[in-house]
Amino acid sequence: MTTAVLGAALSSPADLIALKKRALQALESGCTRLVVCGGTGCTSNGSRQVLDALNAELAARGVPLVADLLEEHPDGAVRAGFGGCSGFCEVGPIVRVFPANFFYVRVRPQDAAAIVERTVLNGEPVEHLLFSDEATGERFATRDEIPFYREQAGVVLADCGVIEPEDIRQYIAHEGYRALASCLFGMTPEDVVREVTDAGLRGRGGGGFPTGRKWELTRRSEASKKYIICNADEGDPGAFMDRSILEGNPHAVLEGMAIAGYAVGADEGYIYCRAEYPLAVQRLRVAIRQAEEARLLGERILGSSFDFRIHIKEGAGAFVCGEETALISSIEGRRGMPSPKPPFPAQSGLFGMPTVVNNVETLANVPRIILNGAGWFRSVGVPSSPGTKVFALTGDVVNTGLIEVPMGATLKDVVFKIGGGIRNGRKFKTVQIGGPSGGCLTEEHLDLALDYDSLRSVGAMVGSGGLVVMDDSTCMVEVARFFMQFTQSESCGKCVLCREGTRRMLEILEKITSGRGTVDDVGLLEEVAIAVRDGSLCGLGKTAPNPVLSTLRYFRDEYLAHVVDGVCPAGACQAFRHYSIDPEKCKGCTLCAKKCPVGAISGELKQPHTIDPQTCVRCGVCLDVCRLGAVVA
Amino acid sequence: MTPTVIIDGTPVPVNGHRNLLELIRSSGVELPTFCYCSDLSVYGACRMCVVEVEGRGLQTACSTPPEDGMVVRTTTEATQRIRKMALELLLANHQGQCQTCDRNMRCRLQALADRLGVRRVRFEAPADRETQLDEGVALVRDPAKCILCGDCVRMCSEVQGIGVLDFAGRGSNVRVTPAFGRSIDEVECVYCGQCAAICPTGAITVRSAIDEVWKAIHDPARTVVVQIAPAVRAALAQHYGIAGGEHALGKTVTALRRIGFDRVFDTSFAADLTTVEEGAEFLRRRASGGPLPMFTSCCPAWVKYAEQFQPDLLGQLSTCRSPQQMFGALARKHLPADMGILPEDLYVVSVMPCSAKKFEAARPEFAQDGRPDVDAVLTTQELIRMIDQAGLKPAELPAGALDLPFGFKTGAGVLFGASGGVAEAVLRLLSGGRGRVEFREVRGLNGLKEAELEQDGRPVRVGVVSGFGNARALLEEIRAGLKSFDLVEVMACPGGCVGGAGQPWPADTGMRRERAEMLYDCDAVQPLHNAADNPFVSDCLERIGGSDRHAAHSLLHTGYRPRRRIDGQVIELDEKPPAARVPVSVCIGTNCYLRGSYDTLKRLMEAARREGLEEAFDFQATFCFENCKASPNVRVGEEIHGGVTPEEADEFFRSRLLPLADGRSCAAARE
Repeated sequence: MTTAVLGAALSSPADLIALKKRALQALESGCTRLVVCGGTGCTSNGSRQVLDALNAELAARGVPLVADLLEEHPDGAVRAGFGGCSGFCEVGPIVRVFPANFFYVRVRPQDAAAIVERTVLNGEPVEHLLFSDEATGERFATRDEIPFYREQAGVVLADCGVIEPEDIRQYIAHEGYRALASCLFGMTPEDVVREVTDAGLRGRGGGGFPTGRKWELTRRSEASKKYIICNADEGDPGAFMDRSILEGNPHAVLEGMAIAGYAVGADEGYIYCRAEYPLAVQRLRVAIRQAEEARLLGERILGSSFDFRIHIKEGAGAFVCGEETALISSIEGRRGMPSPKPPFPAQSGLFGMPTVVNNVETLANVPRIILNGAGWFRSVGVPSSPGTKVFALTGDVVNTGLIEVPMGATLKDVVFKIGGGIRNGRKFKTVQIGGPSGGCLTEEHLDLALDYDSLRSVGAMVGSGGLVVMDDSTCMVEVARFFMQFTQSESCGKCVLCREGTRRMLEILEKITSGRGTVDDVGLLEEVAIAVRDGSLCGLGKTAPNPVLSTLRYFRDEYLAHVVDGVCPAGACQAFRHYSIDPEKCKGCTLCAKKCPVGAISGELKQPHTIDPQTCVRCGVCLDVCRLGAVVA
Repeated sequence: MTPTVIIDGTPVPVNGHRNLLELIRSSGVELPTFCYCSDLSVYGACRMCVVEVEGRGLQTACSTPPEDGMVVRTTTEATQRIRKMALELLLANHQGQCQTCDRNMRCRLQALADRLGVRRVRFEAPADRETQLDEGVALVRDPAKCILCGDCVRMCSEVQGIGVLDFAGRGSNVRVTPAFGRSIDEVECVYCGQCAAICPTGAITVRSAIDEVWKAIHDPARTVVVQIAPAVRAALAQHYGIAGGEHALGKTVTALRRIGFDRVFDTSFAADLTTVEEGAEFLRRRASGGPLPMFTSCCPAWVKYAEQFQPDLLGQLSTCRSPQQMFGALARKHLPADMGILPEDLYVVSVMPCSAKKFEAARPEFAQDGRPDVDAVLTTQELIRMIDQAGLKPAELPAGALDLPFGFKTGAGVLFGASGGVAEAVLRLLSGGRGRVEFREVRGLNGLKEAELEQDGRPVRVGVVSGFGNARALLEEIRAGLKSFDLVEVMACPGGCVGGAGQPWPADTGMRRERAEMLYDCDAVQPLHNAADNPFVSDCLERIGGSDRHAAHSLLHTGYRPRRRIDGQVIELDEKPPAARVPVSVCIGTNCYLRGSYDTLKRLMEAARREGLEEAFDFQATFCFENCKASPNVRVGEEIHGGVTPEEADEFFRSRLLPLADGRSCAAARE
């Protein structure tokens, strides 16, 4: 699509409303729309080829195509384009059909013919593309019927997968930029800050700091220049909330930034986005260009006296650059290392000027709050944490993907209702929440509400919203080791406790998982963890020991089993495995002996074999290759 | 009501202190730190100064501004626990070897570990620590001893404005290193050694020459002479607790003779000689119209700095060798005959407060027949160590007299050790005064000092800077025409040589001030105060040249060469001889290239072709003009034009190049 989608700039709120009406009409009654997921997950699964195949099939069948939504088109015309992430990445590529609201999963290019024939031309769903429940075989035609979506709430992700992110008019049709217009023409900056404060919006990037207070501090700082920074440096392994929002609905973030700018008196904003998110960066570029052409960004927005420009700064992907002072340092062209607070960015941030640093999801909530009011926002979620939260649900659950739930939803609902329970009929063991800075929750927390304060009270945190569900085959010491390895290699190395402490915690965890640990090591591990938590310079350091501390808190027995009994209770740590061959079952096929990389297995052909435990490196190859189940671990 | 902070139950008035750390220290609690230095920015990395602030929990004192009513506790269970753990972690990652370390007994890590009672390290020794020594000509880096406090990094970039060192890597791979893992001698280090002076451990030290000097002393064939720089005596007085710099020097002279040095001289004599030569040079320049301001050349770090970063100013540097090298040249020339020894048996040692002097002594131009004028440079610290090794106690020794002729100086020569001293010595010379004329404006520790003197009815405006951050700022002001001077003294180290990297630790502001004051006292006790009055200087000048200025010049003066990273090498684009053409060079270095300079070059050549003026210009592609901020750059003749983007190329050709193509070239081209 070309960027000149608009025709003319919008020079007043009335222009915006007029465009909104036209665009909405075109979206809702104009034509059949096939929205192919253009998120990173579905694109990797071939959604681009699906879109190409659909367009080709439509052309072959002589179905008129809609090149531009707002232009005249004949009846029965079809618009096929890329939308954003619908969240259910596991079953992608996803194709959604409007206005019928069909939700097709695992669509391949060869399904294009069926979609055109049955859905486009005859208005019927293609049965085999509908989501079906594995257990019951039940098929669901529309998105909202699918169990994965039933318990979800749509605020931030509502438009993702429904509108085409590279067409600003579709965002405008969905009330886009109306909140900005209301601010500019009906609210003072103080009003805007008050609305956000009253809504109780808290930072979605992890800390949960009240957004309104951040804005108020920055608004009150007197300076010739102020900045808004959108923190899109999403670094937690497995987290992709921010990426999906930027890819699926970039204008919501831009609008949120502009509103923040108006509220605090800033006329310039930066989006700090990791370079590993090329699609998000591309969508943002297109969105900024379109918004500038429409005069929704830039000088004299909508004919008001408010100017606001947005730049994109691509980060090189250091985890620590998600910490706001390190992020600012990186934008300024220096090494991304945190600096002590105070001064806070609200006092002295980017280039020494007062700066608001908000996370992507936080900013995406802002237009909705302005449009619907603080009261509406508070009606969702719990009093101390209003609104919704987007989580990336992964691990050993049946359904994985991006979910948005009201704050305060219980862990049980997320894991069992949305996630569909544990895979392969295994038992639930734990949920690791909040990424490398988060903690582990256990069965006793299944009724715990997912909100900032409840999670903090049990030693975990919302973090950026990673939820990794683990079954009973998981070793908790190994989980702690995994996350520690991540934080240790991502520590910026500035402050002693984080740099040296994470290294030593990792060293001790490796010692324990490799069977060399002692009871003293567990004590030392805890001592180091507490010192790093209490004494580190930045948020990354202070939270780095969380995986250790929370596993020590809830799974100390497992640590002790490793160091006292010499057992890994989950059977996950290879060093604790002992492989042997059941002579009753072994037929002497020699396959295991051939595959053993260290020659630890011996035996005559057609005679039971044996494993020499001294030579065995516990790699498990014999177990994998034996067809008779004779190898016992 | 004055703002007050309650520190450990005692109200302490804030009194303008910038942070809790300084306030707490002012209240008598020696809060530990590795990374806080009052002259540098707040870093907050070592976590040693954590305190508990009521309502805010644990905070680093260095980064917390004091607020009225704040309740602070410095020694609690948590602060002690964190400090001790941080220390234990540092020690675990520190290649100890304390007994053989240059900083043994003077190491802040060692001292704190002792003070806080860290009695065991419960972690395994790391296997992956970078242990390769980086031994440079003047400085030695030992990464295995680095505790990553970043003091050197901030010193080099914030105070000196150079930035030779920085952090690289992440997590446990973080290290402090010159760019791209180069060695210290391969980068733009000027060897001021302030990094070594501020390093709390032995991670950066000044390269030692002790073993070489002992070897020479023990060699019966060698005659070993030594010169002692002005600033050294002040540090010796402090170190040995002897009142008065000259007195301390006298006692040290006795120690040096007992060690086995055959002659002991004073660099202050050579400083007098420098003053006379530099004064004459200044008057010559003034008479012949410049170039002015003339910059002093005594500080070897400044000379290297100018060669690297200010090559266009090299013509303005005084051609006088530094006192160390004047002494070296004279010693080589006259001492063998005077002492009745073979020239090759003379071994010349100098004792300097400085690390860069080691680099200076090794410069190839300061050698005769392949033998350096100065064989070995010891720092003040190394001298003290040699005296310790010999078991001598200077405080208990009688004072000895320096040898003649190079042991006699005026008070002016001693001033060289403090920032402003060279300027003051030259001002005294120019003023022609006989008594102790003082120029107090150029004294003290301010970064920039200015003075003015009337001479032959015209003012001589003198500027004095120390520290390269200050020097750079002054040079920018001079270039911008905001300041104008006739003579500028530049010293690398804040406060001048008294704060040099060869001086004993700590080299903090208080110590620098005390040393400088001691030198002014030394001046006061000398019978003469004007270098021109030094009879041995006159004798010496008579002896080396008499009326033959050239002979004196070759011995006492030197030249400089630019040390730019890239020397602007030209790539010939066509093989025709460029005679009679206007040279036009377009930079295709990285920065200019990225901003389209290659297209600029093509467009300029195309424009010349269009106009039939191919023969009028000699187009060349060159590397960096070091004007990257204004890229793309085009040099026409000697003039560099910035901002010549491809879009601007045609206009540039029309306005700048076309007028240069005179009628002859045009006609020739059109024929």
